[in-house]
Amino acid sequence: MNPVMMLATTRRVLDQLRHDHRSVALILVVPALLLTAVYFLYENETLPPGVPRTFDRVGLMMLAIFPFVVMFLVTSITMLRERTSGTLERLLTTPIHKADLLFGYGLAFSIMAALQSLVATAVAYWIFDLDIKGSPGLVVMIAVINAVLGVALGLLCSAFARTEFQAVQFMPVVVVPQILLCGLFVARDRMNEVLESISNVLPLTFSVDALQEIAANAEATDRLWTDAGTMLAIVLGVLVLASLTLRRQTA
Amino acid sequence: MSHSAAAALAGSGDDVAVATSSLRVIRGKVPVLRGLDFAIPAGRITGLLGPSGSGKTTLMRAIVGVQRLSSGSVTVLGLPAGHPSLRHRVGYVTQSASVYPDLTVEANVRYFGAMHGKGRADAAEAIAAVGLEQQSRQKTADLSGGQLSRVSLACALVSHPRLLVLDEPTVGLDPVLRADLWDRFRSMAEAGTTLLVSSHVMEEASHCSSLLLLREGRLLAQLTPAELSSRGHSADLEKAFLHIIREAEGGATAAGSTTPERTVRS
Repeated sequence: MNPVMMLATTRRVLDQLRHDHRSVALILVVPALLLTAVYFLYENETLPPGVPRTFDRVGLMMLAIFPFVVMFLVTSITMLRERTSGTLERLLTTPIHKADLLFGYGLAFSIMAALQSLVATAVAYWIFDLDIKGSPGLVVMIAVINAVLGVALGLLCSAFARTEFQAVQFMPVVVVPQILLCGLFVARDRMNEVLESISNVLPLTFSVDALQEIAANAEATDRLWTDAGTMLAIVLGVLVLASLTLRRQTA
Repeated sequence: MSHSAAAALAGSGDDVAVATSSLRVIRGKVPVLRGLDFAIPAGRITGLLGPSGSGKTTLMRAIVGVQRLSSGSVTVLGLPAGHPSLRHRVGYVTQSASVYPDLTVEANVRYFGAMHGKGRADAAEAIAAVGLEQQSRQKTADLSGGQLSRVSLACALVSHPRLLVLDEPTVGLDPVLRADLWDRFRSMAEAGTTLLVSSHVMEEASHCSSLLLLREGRLLAQLTPAELSSRGHSADLEKAFLHIIREAEGGATAAGSTTPERTVRS
């Protein structure tokens, strides 16, 4: 690892993004707008006294799902461009270490994810009065880990796509099952055994679990840290797999 | 020191930048390089010439160390091609510009410079070397094709490589720029850089001090431009090259069943 090369990569990725206003808008503004839509979807629900609003449950999970989806999309396309334009091959003829490249990407998109979740969380708290017991700082932390998970999976999936069209096709394969099974639509303990056991090993499941812990407890629980640790381990594993797809020599 | 001793020394490795031995590359099922043995002298411009599809790019990739070899070996600056410590010393400019279109010229050059510990001043120098000072703050995507390939070249120059491998660097450049670039290459060679430049434009061969003629994955000849025109019986290097190709083909068909390759090469 060489911090200079890693930070140069982070800076370069952010610089590329800065020139692309639409992607910046996608990252920073769209999640907050979708959150607004979710709020108004449930605006008129009638609740028995003492039952929390659906927005408090769904809106909270959205804060974790947005960064995951958006970063997966942005990363897989950016990395695919890098692979097909020849810049990746060129980079790999320089002294840069693969880890510098991957962590450089990871860091750049984590910064964007942190900004994204700050905006979305602020909207959820201050405009729509999101009501959870735990600290919003922990929510942002889980959102950032989720974003890095999206980055790692995007880096890996880009190796299996030849075109940007193929890269986008990974969305329904990699992202949608995780959203379906993470506990957003049906609580995981009410799923049938097969679906529940699949859900048990999907990374997004751990972040939803972590958010539920934050929602239910004023202080950070052990289970929250276990979930966060598991996610980080998965992220590292996926990054190692992604680094195996970066070859200095090709046939 | 006698002349022959000097020649023996040159052959022994100190003045050789790149050497290949029985280099073969098969991509898919197609043999692209079919056994190449040659040495490229250090501190000179060597031209790699041949029709498209003759294996020029694959040979350059093998020298840079990004091409998996089927057999044989490539030695670069005394080390096997692709050796980690060569990454600081070898520069490679691909045929299509490998740069980030959504960055400015300066940001591109600075990024590749950062991989070699070079800063702002080195980047500015490399940009000046390819004559893009005016466009330095422009987004690379907004440049013309010729300017784009010069950005790609600047990204390689910024590291001051010992060996610079250039795949068709003058394609799409106007004659003035082309002459400027060849002047640049010449002064780099005088400063000790080894350059390997591919081209399919034969008139460019005259800028090189030695030429590798490649055809269908085989080395047709290694000679100087003067030798090329005398062997090809023409001052026009293109005609001379065509003549040598016809000669080789004629030899091959005439020899027919008796293994022509061996009789020509050994």
